[in-house]
Amino acid sequence: MRPMRGRFLIGTGIVLAAVLWLAFTGFDEGKAYYRTVEELREEGEASAGKRLKVGGNVEAGSIVWKEDGLHFRLTQNEASLPVRYLGEAPVPDTFKDGSQAVVEGTVASDGTLEAVKIQAKCASKYEAEYGGESAGAGDSRS
Amino acid sequence: MNELGSLALITLYPVTLFGAAASFLGGHNRREGLVSAGERSLVVSFLLLTLSVLSLVVLFLKNNFSNAYVANHSNIDLPTFYKLTALWAGQEGSLLFWNWLLSLYGIAVLWSNRNRNRDLMPYVTAILLVSAFFFTNMNLLAANPFRPLVMDHAGTPIPYAPPDGRGLNPLLQHPAMVVHPPVLYLGFVGFVVPFAFALAALWTRAPGAGWLLATRRWTLFAWLFLSGGILLGARWAYVELGWGGYWAWDPVENASLMPWLTGTALLHSVIIQEKRGMLKVWNAVLVVTTYLLCVFGTFLTRSGIVSSVHAFAQSPVGHYFVGFLALGVVFSFGLIWMRREYLRSDATLDSVLSRESSFFFNNLVFLVSCFAVLWGTLFPVLSEAVRGEQISVGPPYFNRINVPIGLFLLFLTGFAPLLAWRRTSWPSLRRSFAWPAALMLAAGTILFLLAVRARYALICFSLSVFVATTILMEFYRGGRVRRRQLGESWPRALANLFLRNPRRYGGYVVHFGVVLLFVGFAGSSFNRSRAEELSPGGEMAIAGYTLRVENLEEGETPNYDFARARVVLERRGRPVGVYRPERRFYYASEQPSTEVEIHSTVREDIYLVYASTGEKGGAVIQVYRNPLVLWVWVGGIVLVLGGLICLVPMRREGPPIPKASESEGGAP
Repeated sequence: MRPMRGRFLIGTGIVLAAVLWLAFTGFDEGKAYYRTVEELREEGEASAGKRLKVGGNVEAGSIVWKEDGLHFRLTQNEASLPVRYLGEAPVPDTFKDGSQAVVEGTVASDGTLEAVKIQAKCASKYEAEYGGESAGAGDSRS
Repeated sequence: MNELGSLALITLYPVTLFGAAASFLGGHNRREGLVSAGERSLVVSFLLLTLSVLSLVVLFLKNNFSNAYVANHSNIDLPTFYKLTALWAGQEGSLLFWNWLLSLYGIAVLWSNRNRNRDLMPYVTAILLVSAFFFTNMNLLAANPFRPLVMDHAGTPIPYAPPDGRGLNPLLQHPAMVVHPPVLYLGFVGFVVPFAFALAALWTRAPGAGWLLATRRWTLFAWLFLSGGILLGARWAYVELGWGGYWAWDPVENASLMPWLTGTALLHSVIIQEKRGMLKVWNAVLVVTTYLLCVFGTFLTRSGIVSSVHAFAQSPVGHYFVGFLALGVVFSFGLIWMRREYLRSDATLDSVLSRESSFFFNNLVFLVSCFAVLWGTLFPVLSEAVRGEQISVGPPYFNRINVPIGLFLLFLTGFAPLLAWRRTSWPSLRRSFAWPAALMLAAGTILFLLAVRARYALICFSLSVFVATTILMEFYRGGRVRRRQLGESWPRALANLFLRNPRRYGGYVVHFGVVLLFVGFAGSSFNRSRAEELSPGGEMAIAGYTLRVENLEEGETPNYDFARARVVLERRGRPVGVYRPERRFYYASEQPSTEVEIHSTVREDIYLVYASTGEKGGAVIQVYRNPLVLWVWVGGIVLVLGGLICLVPMRREGPPIPKASESEGGAP
């Protein structure tokens, strides 16, 4: 029985080693650091070249379509970040003035975040607008 | 109605608590009276929950916007159909719905076991009631669907109803989205049945594999709904979200995939326990893990712990989920540990080249995949806790791991049925291996010569041919035997194969569906897309297709206004159809929504999106060419049909053998 068990251990080991190797390589390729707009401003140069995920609010009136992509600004309190969207997919339906957005990409030399992905949700939608303590818990699919 | 619903929920509190205690004590002390009191409590819980759900439905139908949940998920002009389904559009309602389904399963279990498994039933009832208690608790304390819209600071309701509601999220106003949540939930909740039986069996040290046989159909049933739910979700994402894909490794998608992976592993390894009395601990672990992952999935979706496009705002339900999960993990795994002697294996593995060992590797790989998905999904949370910064891992991580794992599983799907139980001899393996391997190599070579060079896609297509061949050979062999021995015609022989052993041959149909799914997945290696602003008369070309915008129109309905392009699609100069991609703006929810149009063929999909209105006043049309997507949906349907066949009770030839009503014989 012993040699049998050994063979199974070897097989299991091979599977696990292969997966670990894949995990490490895929991990490096896909990882992105979360930053808020404010954190990004504090870091300055340090974050250049890193793949980032930056969350903030879309500044009202800042969305402009130009030849080289969609331009807008992400804001958080006082800080503000220019973003240029270069991604292939159309912007999500929820992306509009004032919505909460998470953009993914890298900061270019001029300080613009060149985004390849936008996720957005309507932050304002379910907040207490009917006046009162009543904020519903949020939108969603199930 | 608000009061009635609330009252029903509050009454559930003592009912579930009393019922759980009565069932447990009744089982422990063998007191028939207490046991039936527990079972009656389950029935009463079901009635109370039904009352509660109906109250909410009535509130929706009567446009009662003084209820916060109704005000936030409906509006007067919403079609009645969607008013009904808004029941599960948000957190509070869907948790109530979860609980109701749980009690529905409870009723079904009580009924089907009224004369069976009487020793286990008190504990099964107790576990179901504890689960119901937990969800009731959450509905009352953290996510109450019967909360008034406006309260003063002391929490006293102010009877104020706005004239109209905020509307249902337009993304949810889609037929697939109407059925997706209940189907998925039936899958999630359904795994509570095997979970409850497994714990009951461990607790009572029930002899034999009785609990496995009692729950096999329930597991399959839940798995079927979970599969269907995932596929409907993918379909919804594809036709509604407008980004041209159906799977993005979003946390919510992962949440439904994880229990599916362990559940699928379970369906396979159960066969080993039935046939050889092995892997008992493993199965107990899988049953428990699958249900807890279902609860965890609901937690991921509902708590907003991992930011996701779908996730809810941060919400207090998180704490309750964590508490319940922690309790579940400690109790279940503690019990498995305490009963490890009872779970000891009756046999050992004989050979690496055996059916048993192929199941072992199947399980190992499913679990590794599940763990990798879990790790990737939770990584932002884990890195935040350990290093103080959130790091997310994107689709490259998930694909890098799961594509090879998927291909290995695809290989096993074809390879394992060729192996004999216990030990396979090389000559027999070579015999059954020859044809599938030859066809696989032929297909691979032809595709390579046709300039298919994407590595994984090439492997995937070749393996698909291999697996499809082995499946067809199984049917051919089975049919041939019946023809020779019983003189049946081919159609009759094949029909009888299914009737004689639905689980085995239904399983092959499921495998065939998986092959089709993989072919569809591999097609995504060849996706193309482009976007351009087109004015009327403008043209754009992609992958042999030309699309021409004929005209642009605008208009409105009571629910939304829209901009629409009329697009004529031609393939190599021949018209194939007229499509109208549209962009809507919903008034009540103040949200835009794209309505995509898809030209779907066996070969490829041409997917048209009205992305936006451009600077020059034209329409920015985004077009995707997605090869073989139709195979995914067809594969999904085949998979579900195969699963349904597996659920068919087996028909025997000759006089029925008494006492064997439970067993169904061989399996893939």
